[in-house]
Amino acid sequence: MRRLPLAARDALTNTWLVGPATLAMLMFIFLPVLIVAVLSFTDYQFGARSFGWIGLENYEKLFGSALGRRAITNTLLYVAIVIPAAVGLGLLVALGLHRMMDWAPQLSNVLRSVYFLPVAATLVAMSVAWQMVLHPSLGVVNQTLVGLGGEPRNWLSDRSIVLYTLAVIGIWQTVGYNMVLFLAGLVAIPPELYDAAEVDGAGGNWSRFWTVTWPMLGPTTLFVLVITATNAFRVFETVATLTQGGPAFASDTLVYALYREGFVYFKAGYASAITMVFFAVLLTLTLMQFRIVERRVHYR
Amino acid sequence: MTPGRLFGRSLSLALLLIGALAILLPFIWMVSLAFKPQDEIFTATIQLLPSRIEWSNFTKALTETDVPRYLLNGVIVVVGILAFQILFAVPCAFALAHRRFAGRTLIFGLVLAALLVPFHVTAIPIFLGFAQIGILNTYWALILPFVPTAFGIFLFRQFLAQVPSELFDAARVDGLSETAIVWRIAFPLAMPAATAFAIFSITAHWNDLFWPLIATTDSDLATPPRGILFFRDEESGDDVGPLMAAAALITAPLVIAFLLAQRKFTRGLAAGGLKG
Amino acid sequence: MTSQAVLELRDVTRRFGASTVLDAVNVTVRDGSFTALLGASGCGKSTTLRIMAGLDRPTEGEVLLSGENVADKTAYERNIAMVFQSYALYPHLTVFQNIALPLTMRHLNAFSRVPGLGRLAPGSATARELITKKVTETADILSLADLLHRKPNSLSGGQKQRVALGRALVRDPVMFLLDEPLSNLDARLRVKMRSELVSLHKRTDRPFVYVTHDQVEAMAMADQIIVMIKGKVAQAGSPRDLYDRPADKEVAAFIGTNSINFFEPDDGLGQMNGYPVNALIGIRPEHLAPAAGGHFGARLETAEFLGSETVLGLRTERGKEILAIAPGDYPVPAPGSEVRLGVSPERLHLFDRQSGKRLNAEHAR
Repeated sequence: MRRLPLAARDALTNTWLVGPATLAMLMFIFLPVLIVAVLSFTDYQFGARSFGWIGLENYEKLFGSALGRRAITNTLLYVAIVIPAAVGLGLLVALGLHRMMDWAPQLSNVLRSVYFLPVAATLVAMSVAWQMVLHPSLGVVNQTLVGLGGEPRNWLSDRSIVLYTLAVIGIWQTVGYNMVLFLAGLVAIPPELYDAAEVDGAGGNWSRFWTVTWPMLGPTTLFVLVITATNAFRVFETVATLTQGGPAFASDTLVYALYREGFVYFKAGYASAITMVFFAVLLTLTLMQFRIVERRVHYR
Repeated sequence: MTPGRLFGRSLSLALLLIGALAILLPFIWMVSLAFKPQDEIFTATIQLLPSRIEWSNFTKALTETDVPRYLLNGVIVVVGILAFQILFAVPCAFALAHRRFAGRTLIFGLVLAALLVPFHVTAIPIFLGFAQIGILNTYWALILPFVPTAFGIFLFRQFLAQVPSELFDAARVDGLSETAIVWRIAFPLAMPAATAFAIFSITAHWNDLFWPLIATTDSDLATPPRGILFFRDEESGDDVGPLMAAAALITAPLVIAFLLAQRKFTRGLAAGGLKG
Repeated sequence: MTSQAVLELRDVTRRFGASTVLDAVNVTVRDGSFTALLGASGCGKSTTLRIMAGLDRPTEGEVLLSGENVADKTAYERNIAMVFQSYALYPHLTVFQNIALPLTMRHLNAFSRVPGLGRLAPGSATARELITKKVTETADILSLADLLHRKPNSLSGGQKQRVALGRALVRDPVMFLLDEPLSNLDARLRVKMRSELVSLHKRTDRPFVYVTHDQVEAMAMADQIIVMIKGKVAQAGSPRDLYDRPADKEVAAFIGTNSINFFEPDDGLGQMNGYPVNALIGIRPEHLAPAAGGHFGARLETAEFLGSETVLGLRTERGKEILAIAPGDYPVPAPGSEVRLGVSPERLHLFDRQSGKRLNAEHAR
């Protein structure tokens, strides 16, 4: 067998190393994105033999119909509750645990693990557990409420509160993650800055926070905000497990609507339009996140 | 210690403990119900902890239900995904970091662009394609869509770019082919990145519900999250004890792994934050 | 030096994009020689070495190994060993595995290399025995026997250096390439390793090509020095050649422990010895000594006593700073006093003022 010239062998090697991954990316990421974009302008249904072009009709349906708007407003409300609560609580817990490192490091570590536990735990299984915690008669929440003389509530089937219940579970799941990111940010603050603040007369807890901690955490906070938003917009597991968008679509969200329209009702065209809207929002958020990561790197 | 500081510390300790209790509440309730005898579950009085440990819920979940099957499916899918991801990502990352070739910038650009695409966006076309070639309701349907991992390629590339290229030149002089360099030198060196990536990937796919819900209807193929929903929906609410035992069994592997290797877990999952 | 050429670079040019790193470089490495590639950083010496190894390819020109064009051969196929500046030891392998790796690749096929399972492959047991034997022998030569099961990170710089040498030795290559192998060691160890390398060279009897920016190292070890400046070979020759007859003023400036003094014609040496010289004159400090009837005078500014010699810093009446070296027993006069300096004519180096090329004395006249 004649040996190939070196350049050809090099080219073969490169193809062998890079080819499979590139091909897989094209096949499972870029091609699908293209297809979904095209489908969003059609009335295609899974299993149908043909489809028609219907222009922006799917998008009009999403933004025009009561149901479509419901999914959007629900998602926005959910995100609007989860972001400030999960970021704020994450910061508070991180500050508390960071200071506790000085006087009870072991307890601080234990608590850190406790707060992080929901991040590692299987959300669907934990949602099933939450279902029992919030059970109308057997749940510990209502039992406590009754014990204290209050009214029991249907946390997961009352239209007026179900979305808030889901938001609380969302916060429960995210606080630990944000705490870890904030703790990393806190550890990175040089202690000399606190000494300097003390010398400059900003020695109290409150002024220490506002003159040193908060400004130094700026980039971390931005990062945490965006990442929390990204995760909140994807809310799906809890909805699918606990409410399936109900009752009466009171807890319908974008990703759940995508799943329901696409894979329960098989309306591929409409589901593609929902996908594209979801994609547009996440793309914006992820691009912001990239910019922040880049900036954070430059800071160092 | 000044009284002010003592008060401050007590207050923050109290608040942190209350918060921790709130975080632990569903875990405690899950474990408590899993160990409670049937009659104690169905009483309307508050009883946080069981009066005696009842193992029968676990026995039932493990012997009379499909839970072991779900756990096995979970292992097959998670290991399959991770193996293919590494098999595809590491050679690509090595070439991107240490070889010069036409199209390198383009392919790295593709990787960055792919980072921007959440999995949900690709679900409909992949479902269509899999239906077309008839592999829905197979392990392949659960594994294949996650094989291309832009995040993995990115992570490995960033790590390998830090390794001095002299090391790979030395391997070339020693007679290693480029493939051998990838698996005998680059991959072992990238172990820290591989660990972080493995933790991220395993957690993400063990816990995923969205794709298993779409790609499989066969309960024999159900991964743990999908499986527990099958279980719950079949039992229609009177088998709470075994259900909670099943939930605990499904959550346990990752939670125990986390408790054993907290630092690595935190790092791996925090690195996952980069992924879109 | 009539021995055979093992490796030849013929008009090798290497460009990276628009910049030319090597410009028509010609190098011949003869059997049994110790060649030093000497130059400042960025002069192209490392690229030259990588092209010899086959890790890089020339844009133009030929690489001949034992007379055969090896343009298409990989580093391994050329059977050339290379020792890297950072040692490039595999951190996840033990010293034994590091040294054994080239042999593993040569003697065991892909299946036999699989950890554990590979032991079942036919013939792998004898191959493994052979590898163990060769690694042990090499380790003995380099006194590494006690370190074979350690990982590189737990070794000192000198030990790492030996492991890197061991990995090169064990293959019995046709030649050795060494890329600044001593630059990461401290000064004392460097001198010790220098003599070890020379004796290793004698023992293997294979050509060594040694890249360095340190002219002392090059002078001490090599029998052929190739001085590279800005991607070109400025001069190739024995250390004595380079010292006695530098081909241009840059080589003259590069070679020699104490940097050479250059005199422009109007620096006041023009009439020396009656030469009507219109050239740049170079005089090494060690050839410029205080002498009662010296050719010219200069005012003493500094004196560094080094024991065997004293380095004098002086200034001529036209303001030119010069260095001269006096014997250690020279009674140093007070600073500011006039010292007469003498030089013998054959120690003068004459260079063309425009091109910097060496001139023969007759030319300059």
